[in-house]
Amino acid sequence: MSRAIRGRIFSPDITDKVAILLLWASAAITVFILVSIIGMIVYRGIGVIDISFLLDSPRMSGAEGGIFPAIVGTLCLVAVAILTAGPIGVGAAVYLTEYAPDNVVTRIITFGVECLAGIPSIVIGLFGYAFLVVYLGFGFSILSGGLALMFMILPWTVRASEEAIKTVPGGLKDGSLALGATKWQTIRQVVLPSALPGITTGFILGIGKAIGETAVIMYTAGSSLLLPESIFEPVRALPYHLYILASEGISDEMAYGSAAVLLGMVLLINFIAVAIQRYYQTRSGLRH
Amino acid sequence: MGTEDIEIESRNLNLWYGDTQALKDISIPIQKNMVTALIGPSGCGKSTFIRCINRMNDLIKGCRITGKVLFEGSDVYENDVDVVVLRKKIGMVFQKPNPFPMSIYDNIAYGPRIHGTQTKRELDKVVEDSLKAAALWDEVGDLLDKPALDLSGGQQQRLCIARTLAVKPDVILFDEPCSALDPISTARIEDLIAELKHDYTIIIVTHNMQQAARVSDRTAFFLLGEMIEFGDTKQIFERPVEKSTENYITGRFG
Repeated sequence: MSRAIRGRIFSPDITDKVAILLLWASAAITVFILVSIIGMIVYRGIGVIDISFLLDSPRMSGAEGGIFPAIVGTLCLVAVAILTAGPIGVGAAVYLTEYAPDNVVTRIITFGVECLAGIPSIVIGLFGYAFLVVYLGFGFSILSGGLALMFMILPWTVRASEEAIKTVPGGLKDGSLALGATKWQTIRQVVLPSALPGITTGFILGIGKAIGETAVIMYTAGSSLLLPESIFEPVRALPYHLYILASEGISDEMAYGSAAVLLGMVLLINFIAVAIQRYYQTRSGLRH
Repeated sequence: MGTEDIEIESRNLNLWYGDTQALKDISIPIQKNMVTALIGPSGCGKSTFIRCINRMNDLIKGCRITGKVLFEGSDVYENDVDVVVLRKKIGMVFQKPNPFPMSIYDNIAYGPRIHGTQTKRELDKVVEDSLKAAALWDEVGDLLDKPALDLSGGQQQRLCIARTLAVKPDVILFDEPCSALDPISTARIEDLIAELKHDYTIIIVTHNMQQAARVSDRTAFFLLGEMIEFGDTKQIFERPVEKSTENYITGRFG
């Protein structure tokens, strides 16, 4: 005992302070990185952002004018992605949590969903090109790009829905079944509504991922700067527009302006996710 | 003990969870329009037993049953029994109040809706009648659109009773309905049970022996998966035949 105390180079008090300092530094670095990114993008981009930047079409390949078609393109792609990934994701989650027998096949499917989440987006883009654009003949279009994005966000919507369904208290299910409801009635009328806030949040985070995605859509959605008239036409999504502006040296200012708008959209979506979750929880009485 | 008007009867009921036998050869006749209490220490099988009656154990993996549970003369474990109809006739109130995260009105209307009642007029009537029968109407009659989860624990439990009454069952199973409630809420539920037995057959599982003595007509004592003794509540509490019943009732274990 006494040897241990003598053997110490630093007193416990000092090691304690060093530990706290290191932990504080980690937190500070995290915040610093976040603030730097947002600060730099906003600082360099804010100068070009005004109403006409948001609502005009680009001129001279985007060196002048606005980014309206790219905003529209992004929204269309994301809409196709979430409208397809949503129902499929919830359906798969309900099957996996409520119906699938606990066996090897189910575990393989669950593992497969996790693997799908881990596929690099550029690979999904390449597959989307081969399968959607070429093989199914959808061409460079909103449909191809949106479905490719769906491949990418599907695992997240499945997993978020699974988690949300699993957190529904078992007592609610028992209560419904004991009233003579069938399993499906119970799932549709009690389990899913109770899981809705979690499912919605999962969807919106999926939208957030899809909005910023570049690699998936550059092979599938095209790079047209015209306003699309149907989902079979190509569009250029905002992140891809920004990539082209910067990599081809068209305009740094416009690139930062586009980046700031993109950042704003992602932040807005995160706020909406939180707001929706609170609204549902208050309405159902789960939160006061 | 007469044999008149038996509503439910278990005959040589055995139940296993995997390799563990949770119920051993249980035979109890449950009389119509009476309150039958099941008492015994934790893990004695009393909750497991009532979950056999409305087949809620069907949901548990690895659960195996032999013997019979007769309801209105036929075995609820026959292949052609429709569990939906069975559970409509045999309602259940759980240990922890479990109102659905929806309005008070929708909670009560939930059962009637899934069983086909659709018109607003009929539903309004069912909601009002059920809440009145559960002694809750005076408190929530003006708050039907409010979330059920805003109610107090005791009100939530009466709401769950009202929700059960709304599908017009013949039997109500209470699985320790007061164990999560304060004494005042408990007293209200007990009064309600005394009221309800005129129209329903009631089986109540309880940890609370005074409660069993207060509310029930018949009492069954369970121990380690076996039914040790069954009889009139007065007799069980005043002159138990079995030594272990007496030990439990006098608080020597459990």
